[in-house]
Amino acid sequence: MSVNVRIPTILRTYTGGQAEVSAQGATLADVIQSLEKDHPGIAARVLDDQGKLRRFVNVYVNDDDVRFEQGLQTATPDGAGVSIIPAVAGG
Amino acid sequence: MAVQTAPTGDTNSAAGAPATTTVSTPASVDLGPAAALSCRECGQRFPLGPIFACAECFGPLEVAYDLPGGDPEELKKRIAEGPDNIWRYAPLLPVPADVATKPSINPGFTKLVKADNLARELGVTGSLHIKDDSGNPTHSFKDRVVAIAVEAARAFGFTTLSCSSTGNLAGAVGAAAARAGFRSCVFIPHDLEQGKVVMAAVYGGELVGIEGNYDDVNRFCSELIGDPLGEGWGFVNVNLRPYYGEGSKTLAYEICEQLGWRLPDQIVVPIASGSQLTKIDKGLQELIRLGLVEDKPYKIFGAQAKGCSPVSTAFKAGHDVVRPQKPDTIAKSLAIGNPADGPYVLDIARRTGGAVEDVDDEQIVAAIKLLARTEGIFAETAGGVTVGVTKKLIEAGVLDPALTTVVLNTGDGLKTLDAVAETTGPTATIRPDLDAFRAAGLAG
Repeated sequence: MSVNVRIPTILRTYTGGQAEVSAQGATLADVIQSLEKDHPGIAARVLDDQGKLRRFVNVYVNDDDVRFEQGLQTATPDGAGVSIIPAVAGG
Repeated sequence: MAVQTAPTGDTNSAAGAPATTTVSTPASVDLGPAAALSCRECGQRFPLGPIFACAECFGPLEVAYDLPGGDPEELKKRIAEGPDNIWRYAPLLPVPADVATKPSINPGFTKLVKADNLARELGVTGSLHIKDDSGNPTHSFKDRVVAIAVEAARAFGFTTLSCSSTGNLAGAVGAAAARAGFRSCVFIPHDLEQGKVVMAAVYGGELVGIEGNYDDVNRFCSELIGDPLGEGWGFVNVNLRPYYGEGSKTLAYEICEQLGWRLPDQIVVPIASGSQLTKIDKGLQELIRLGLVEDKPYKIFGAQAKGCSPVSTAFKAGHDVVRPQKPDTIAKSLAIGNPADGPYVLDIARRTGGAVEDVDDEQIVAAIKLLARTEGIFAETAGGVTVGVTKKLIEAGVLDPALTTVVLNTGDGLKTLDAVAETTGPTATIRPDLDAFRAAGLAG
């Protein structure tokens, strides 16, 4: 499965400034692993020491917040859009 | 001598940070006593700039200060001689020293109403006060936070002011931008109360309804900010959020000054993102550290609507993390299902011995009417939430009725007429003659 991943500004140092990159994987966990392979260091920014999503990171697969879905096990269908967004906005 | 304050954690240099943002920051930024941005999670420090999330851990950044030291009485005198708005506290805020000379809607110094009638009704034997922020220029507390964000926007050279909003903020940004000479373009959920839509649109900026709820709007803004389409835009509650949030400290400053430079024993604060509650706590801590108030315990209570209660749910369950919810409540100004500062609200409520509670829509409407009937204050739904939660906590024996309690009303009831319109109206409609009046039983 190939997906498009939107990269927030603070992670673009890992993607050479690219705001959107492609990655592979059937689940979000696979996609993050794929990102790490192509852009070393990025996974540790998104995941904590226990391998869970950091609490101030929101990830959406298409329009769905993965916390309302299956978290890292959320399916990422071919062509899906994945957005990684800092959670500390709003209010 | 200056008092250095770092919000939390250690104070590493930003030099070693592996990832920083691509924003450019003017070489010299004059934001008064603001010294740096510090991550609330890991303590990493960053230079002042339009950034909001830690490059290390995504944690929220907040302003660290070199606050004025010296004689507290001198500082109180200096504050007392300042203008009757938030700029009297300029030495404690991330704003330049001459901020009061710049075009601003000059919010703040709203009334602290001693609510004796409401106290009697609720069985309060101590003193009960309503901090009535409906008295701000656009009739909500949002004018405070926006005024600070405007100064940051000036410092960083932004020309457009923007935000994601549940309504009140959109109006505050529109008004502040008009007065300060910025373009504004603000984003709201498409189904807001008409009063808030009109109040946001009247200032002449662009107002965009987004098909979705507030969390969808917030997500959209967070994506826009990372896109060239959003370049040059200062989103007050996204890339200017560290500065914006500091405006809520002025609520703490004013409450203490209006109580005669005393801390309240208990304070009841509404929770949307949770930012306001955390900054009120920060403000109280600063006043203690500067010696402006006596160092004594205080309790902070958070108030949510049952239909959007992710923080109170986590508090009651004993959790440290907040699970997002899909909002469904008449209290739309508090309808943030994924509150950014939720975990910190939990920390503060537990640290101070407070609590987080919620009330349903029926209780919110009843509380709006109770406050109006007893004190002549018409609160928006968020005020109904705080008054309703106060009542509930007193009845449950959680809030001590013998102490000094301050309850926040953060907005004007005229903005949320729909909430009470169905159950409020004329007592009678009669012909213009005395017999009809007598028959209606209204004499006496």
